Amino acid sequence: MARSRDESSPLFAGNAAGTLRLISYLALAMVLMVLDHRNGWLWRVRYAASAVVEPVYRLANLPGAGMRTLTVAFADRKLLTEQNQRLREDLLLANARLNRMAAVAEQNQRLKELLDTQHSLELNVQLARVVGVDLGAWQQRLVINLGARDGVKPGQPVIDAHGVIGQVVEVLPTTAVVMLVTDPAHAIPVVVERSGLRTVAYGARDGSGMVLPNIPLAADVRPGDKLLTSGLGGRFPPGFPVGKVESVGLGASGMFRAAQVQPAADIDRSEDVLLLHDQAEPAGPPTPAAPSGPPTGLAPAPGAAAGGMPAAAASAGNPPSAPTPARTAGTAPAPAGGAR
Amino acid sequence: MNRQRLSLWWFIGTLLFALLSMLVPLPAPLEPFKPYWLALVLLYWALESEDRVSLGLAFLLGLGADLFDGVLLGEQALRLTALVFIALRFRSRLRFFPMWQQTLAVLALLLNDRILLLVVRVLSGSPVPPASWWISPFVGAALWPFLFLLLDDLRARLRIQ
Repeated sequence: MARSRDESSPLFAGNAAGTLRLISYLALAMVLMVLDHRNGWLWRVRYAASAVVEPVYRLANLPGAGMRTLTVAFADRKLLTEQNQRLREDLLLANARLNRMAAVAEQNQRLKELLDTQHSLELNVQLARVVGVDLGAWQQRLVINLGARDGVKPGQPVIDAHGVIGQVVEVLPTTAVVMLVTDPAHAIPVVVERSGLRTVAYGARDGSGMVLPNIPLAADVRPGDKLLTSGLGGRFPPGFPVGKVESVGLGASGMFRAAQVQPAADIDRSEDVLLLHDQAEPAGPPTPAAPSGPPTGLAPAPGAAAGGMPAAAASAGNPPSAPTPARTAGTAPAPAGGAR
Repeated sequence: MNRQRLSLWWFIGTLLFALLSMLVPLPAPLEPFKPYWLALVLLYWALESEDRVSLGLAFLLGLGADLFDGVLLGEQALRLTALVFIALRFRSRLRFFPMWQQTLAVLALLLNDRILLLVVRVLSGSPVPPASWWISPFVGAALWPFLFLLLDDLRARLRIQ
């Protein structure tokens, strides 16, 4: 179609106004990027825009879900029968194991009660489905179909049948974004099952798995070692499988050894995941027990307390008459310290 | 009047469809081959009806895509604005290129887009992506003739501008 050329599309040289507009748009984009990178307020915008975003996620999930439905619909009868048989055997095996474990777990519970420890082996979980949405290439993230309305909170660990998948990083009203353990920005405290060595597993920078970048040269780590969550840091409860060491070599700095780790969870293939609800014990030392020493009357109050409380000592004038006010002043902080 | 409205809806519809197809996941082995649909469709419209495509539209579309992806607000806005600017600048020449030459030009545009993305990613502290990351522009360029002919054919059939 023949169209006369007009001012807006010159054949060779452009006009200055177009360039100016380009520069202003690029500057605006850069300002947005920097602000977002510094403050991370994109998620606040996203939360506000979730009325649009979430239906679009559902829509984008449709082709994948349709493919799954079609696979089931057109699957070979024989294949399904085999699968069913295998699942049934697995269930039988798992039940048998569970029955054996039940006795052990009960014994464990009793022993723990005797030892007066708090945490139990019970899991408080919530089943979530993975929404098939592609959040850009090389984003180690998942979208699940539970959100703030289902009580999901940032920081909740996400697991599947084989191990830890990651943790919730952002929550929208009815969906949530999970950061995988293979994300380069993710770190998880682990313990080597065989030797008890504690270290931290990071996501590999090329997205291929996980790495243990700083193992001491003398430490005992071999290929095939299993890694469990250590529970340090208080985010992941202890004892969940994280991965298996594939290879161990000298790190880039030469001061440490580094290991490649294959994640235990089916990160690429999970359709259903479990959200852990009981958060691990809070980090830090346990609260000190209430003081149960000798009665305060026996405390060497006047002389010892005088150094610590010059104000009380100064107001007390002569030492012999001081005991009563000094003692009450000395015991008052103790309950406050215990409750802290 | 009705025809005009139809053509406007067709324009918006293709762009929204491209936005959505960026979100649809592919099987894991095919993941690196996913072309930048949004850029391709926007490029087609920039070449075919420049009065509708402007830098502002590219910017807004990119912002929308960023909102869906949740990466970095402004990243795709920057990339698409740059892409559309170059396409509009050389529009008169690109339009009359033979198809293979046009395909090469699209490849150059998409590679430029990837380089921009790489700069943004590295500046924001992400790791340098693996080599397979560079496959996507080639897939996009290979699909360009088909996409162009398909969209052109559909437009001719619907008799819209």
